[in-house]
Amino acid sequence: MTTIAVAETALTLGLLRLADTALVHAQRLSEWCGHAPMLEEDLALANIALDLIGQARALYAYAAEVEGAGRSEDDLAYLRDAPQFRNVLMAELPKGDFAFTILRGFLLAAQARPFWQAASGSRDATLAAIAAKAEKEAAYHLRHTGEWVIRLGDGTAESRRRMLNALAALWPYTGELFETDAADRALIEEGILPDPAALRPHWDATVDRVFAEAGLVRPADVWMQSGGRSGRHTEHLGHLLAVMQHLQRAYPGATW
Amino acid sequence: MVRVLERDRAVAAARAAAARVFDPEIPALSIADLGVLRDVRLGPDDVIEIDITPTYSGCPAMRLIALEVEAAVEAAGLGRPRVNLVLAPAWTTDWITPAGREALRRSGIAPPVPGGGRRALFGADEIVACPRCGATDTEKLSEFGSTACKALWRCRTCGEPFDYFKCH
Repeated sequence: MTTIAVAETALTLGLLRLADTALVHAQRLSEWCGHAPMLEEDLALANIALDLIGQARALYAYAAEVEGAGRSEDDLAYLRDAPQFRNVLMAELPKGDFAFTILRGFLLAAQARPFWQAASGSRDATLAAIAAKAEKEAAYHLRHTGEWVIRLGDGTAESRRRMLNALAALWPYTGELFETDAADRALIEEGILPDPAALRPHWDATVDRVFAEAGLVRPADVWMQSGGRSGRHTEHLGHLLAVMQHLQRAYPGATW
Repeated sequence: MVRVLERDRAVAAARAAAARVFDPEIPALSIADLGVLRDVRLGPDDVIEIDITPTYSGCPAMRLIALEVEAAVEAAGLGRPRVNLVLAPAWTTDWITPAGREALRRSGIAPPVPGGGRRALFGADEIVACPRCGATDTEKLSEFGSTACKALWRCRTCGEPFDYFKCH
């Protein structure tokens, strides 16, 4: 069985972190296809997944080009094992109920939108182009999930109970969205990617505004989980990859 | 001089052939009217080069559009072109031509409201006229519709649901 690892420079690592988060989140969203609570949401979640897969494809294609080892976007998506994935842990958690999926989408989009907005001014022309498209898409994801967070948090006793459960489960994974290590800092200094910590006030403002309307309060003093961006994952990622990569692993090189 | 004219004619013919390719998901709309066809030129090796840009990152129609552009240019006797997918500058609904907006309306899809994509994150929705009866008493059913570029709306006057081409 072929398993690959990408030669990691600051840039390829930075690209994989963004691409893997988009792809793994998209895979979780796609699990709702045919199962959402109503038709409009089935379409919405699948549409958001499609946007994220599109972003992931562009980022993988660029990472493969930068690596220069003759690999394709598909190789990067289908032939790496879990320890080679660099997504944030929040993206890989099982899909949970609708409240959990919506809140995860909201927390990620509230970070993604200002991040892509800033990245559209990147000194790297390819990244700037990918970011300019992703930012517009993230705005839709944020509006859609934000409206649902309010509707569920300020809805029935049952919807509120589920939203509170989702909040308690997801909050420990929000810290990782703002982490930076040496590779991140190298990209930030070169003006290639924005500093997520510097963009945190945007995320805080969006979260506070929506939580205020939804009647939700941020959990305090929570231990923050970490590790996905360095390849230390929960047990859930392997199962997700087993489903997502099955065809290429069972029939290497298969094409439609 | 003759050579330059020939090259110009080849580019014009290639542009015309590519412009006749229609969006597979919105058959009323050509890729030229949609603003997806960005550039047609002659490469240094005399091969026609064509730039197309996706409306949304994950638009699944791009590969089919690229194949159809290749086939159209080849069928016009201009050889097999190189079709490039370009991301910058990012596509915007402002690039849909007036003819394209009219074609959308005729096929029951409300064209994008200019400036609609730049509204506040959580605010009032833009005012979208019903493509069937023209009434402006309409409501958004869902931000996401049958394709990545459309939202689902309903007209309160004639009662018909319709697609709205999202402003972007």
